[in-house]
Amino acid sequence: MTHYLDFEKPLAEIEGKAEELRAMARANKEMDIEKEAAALDRKARDMLADLYKKLTPWRKCQVARHPERPHCRDYIDALFTEYMPLAGDRNFADDHAVLGGVARFDDKPVVVIGHEKGHDTQSRITHNFGMARPEGYRKAVRLMDMADRFGLPVVTLVDTPGAYPGKGAEERGQSEAIARSTEKCLQIGVPLVSVVIGEGGSGGAVAFATANRVAMLEHSVYSVISPEGCASILWKDSEKMREAAEALRLTAQDLLQLGVCDRVIPEPMGGAHRDRKATIDAVGKAIGVMLKDLSAMDGKALVTARRKKFLAMGSKGLAA
Amino acid sequence: MNWITNYVRPRINSIFSRRETPENLWSKCDSCGTMLFHREISDNLNVCTNCGHHMHITPRDRFHALFDGGIFKEVAVPEPLPDPLHFRDQKRYPDRMRAAQKQTGEKEAMLVGIGEIGRTPIVAVAQDFSFMGGSMGMYVGNAIIAAAEEAVRLGRPLILFSAAGGARMQEGILSLMQMPRTTVAVQMLKEAGLPYIVVLTHPTTGGVTASYAMLGDVQIAEPNALICFAGPRVIEQTIREKLPEGFQRAEYLLEHGMLDRVIDRRKMRDELIVLTRLLMKMPPPVWGELPAPGDAAPPGQAPAQP
Repeated sequence: MTHYLDFEKPLAEIEGKAEELRAMARANKEMDIEKEAAALDRKARDMLADLYKKLTPWRKCQVARHPERPHCRDYIDALFTEYMPLAGDRNFADDHAVLGGVARFDDKPVVVIGHEKGHDTQSRITHNFGMARPEGYRKAVRLMDMADRFGLPVVTLVDTPGAYPGKGAEERGQSEAIARSTEKCLQIGVPLVSVVIGEGGSGGAVAFATANRVAMLEHSVYSVISPEGCASILWKDSEKMREAAEALRLTAQDLLQLGVCDRVIPEPMGGAHRDRKATIDAVGKAIGVMLKDLSAMDGKALVTARRKKFLAMGSKGLAA
Repeated sequence: MNWITNYVRPRINSIFSRRETPENLWSKCDSCGTMLFHREISDNLNVCTNCGHHMHITPRDRFHALFDGGIFKEVAVPEPLPDPLHFRDQKRYPDRMRAAQKQTGEKEAMLVGIGEIGRTPIVAVAQDFSFMGGSMGMYVGNAIIAAAEEAVRLGRPLILFSAAGGARMQEGILSLMQMPRTTVAVQMLKEAGLPYIVVLTHPTTGGVTASYAMLGDVQIAEPNALICFAGPRVIEQTIREKLPEGFQRAEYLLEHGMLDRVIDRRKMRDELIVLTRLLMKMPPPVWGELPAPGDAAPPGQAPAQP
């Protein structure tokens, strides 16, 4: 574990001390530190459990953005076989912020689409930090269309700070591209399931997550605006992101209550990045269950149910 | 303070003292600075007589100018849950709502009307930028759905005038969910084979642009309207360079293929009449001053030759 979040500093200290002790013991074979190191480990474990037992909404945002959290490509590689990436919007470019293609899930052919953030400086730049341009949404529309034509279920993995705010993106119709992608999500007569694996950033997320079933990882977030953006508009101070995160109700748990999210996928103790494999497996299991839920429905029923679901949204508020 | 102002209860007081004429008879054009008489402005649909700058117009004023004889029937919008998230920033959301209602005299940021334009039956829906920046929350979503349902029920085209800073943050994720909800409304119109015409007015940004405001069969904009997903300031901060002149304005979007037409507000009504009649396969319109609807030919019937 190399990257600690600011609220994990005390934990980093303890884990550091344990590591130091063990390093000393390695250098000096006569030292017996096991008892002490084990005590430190225990303390670290308790502290981790304590920290993650009740994460504040802002801390959840931090965990959701953790650089070592598994990203779209990790899920595709682990959960799908025969993944055949398909590229381009047939109009302008291929957007690397959006991955997509055909693959097998549980031995059944599906179309998978997702935002990829990248895992190091180079790949982050390649994938534009998961911020899609119009071409990304148009590629998604193309893939969803294809899924619809061949009767393949669609799985989307949502992880984006939001659509890219750039000059070219605006000129090429960022808003229209997002609107069309949302529209396509509502039109296709095949099962559409979505998992928010990290950040569900505003319109850029809706464009993929207008699905029959939406699952969210325990510490993922989904919001109309980033806490920083909200703070700078409503508080006139971007440092008030903690308050904004609180007010926006962007956690998976709140969204479950509001009916925006259908299921919360538990994360390993200490967040997805502390046990990537367990997280990916849990997401795979959830996708399997959601697809199975929908497998008996025909195309028309799927479209009608999806529309009904979104039209009814907002009839439930949060308890006071 | 005089005893009688103390004696009359505040509520009654506010009814009696409500101004019929604006206090400022003169106002300044935001763009060229010309002093304009209030009658001159309203007669000209809030367009500057000197420079042609399009100032804000409320949905009610717009509808009065749009519909034949200024007559329209307001469609009731289903009430959403008030303050579903118990949102509080520096103020409570219900307090912000009350302030906006008091300031505008309107209940919310969207007005739905049915009536006729040039004897063409339509349903119109207009967003009110003066009400919390026209922001899209549950009510705005419900209004668009109600308008689409009315249009489908009556077999009429829907004309939507957008004006919004984006989603209403105080409704959090539920405001974001208006993107798919309003998209469903647009699909109802498309499936019923009815035209959906969008008129983008200054400014239309954010989640509004990225949903119903960009899904029209015909996309029209008022001159110089700012139309974008991300605002120019956000983009300048991201790319750290100056944006070109006229970036994200209506004319710029027209050049980039994102709009069908840019039309002066004073010519909008005539254009909309022609357009809707063409798309509805109705005979050409009869021009000239028309009496208020109701006493003349029923809608849909061919108008008399001039």
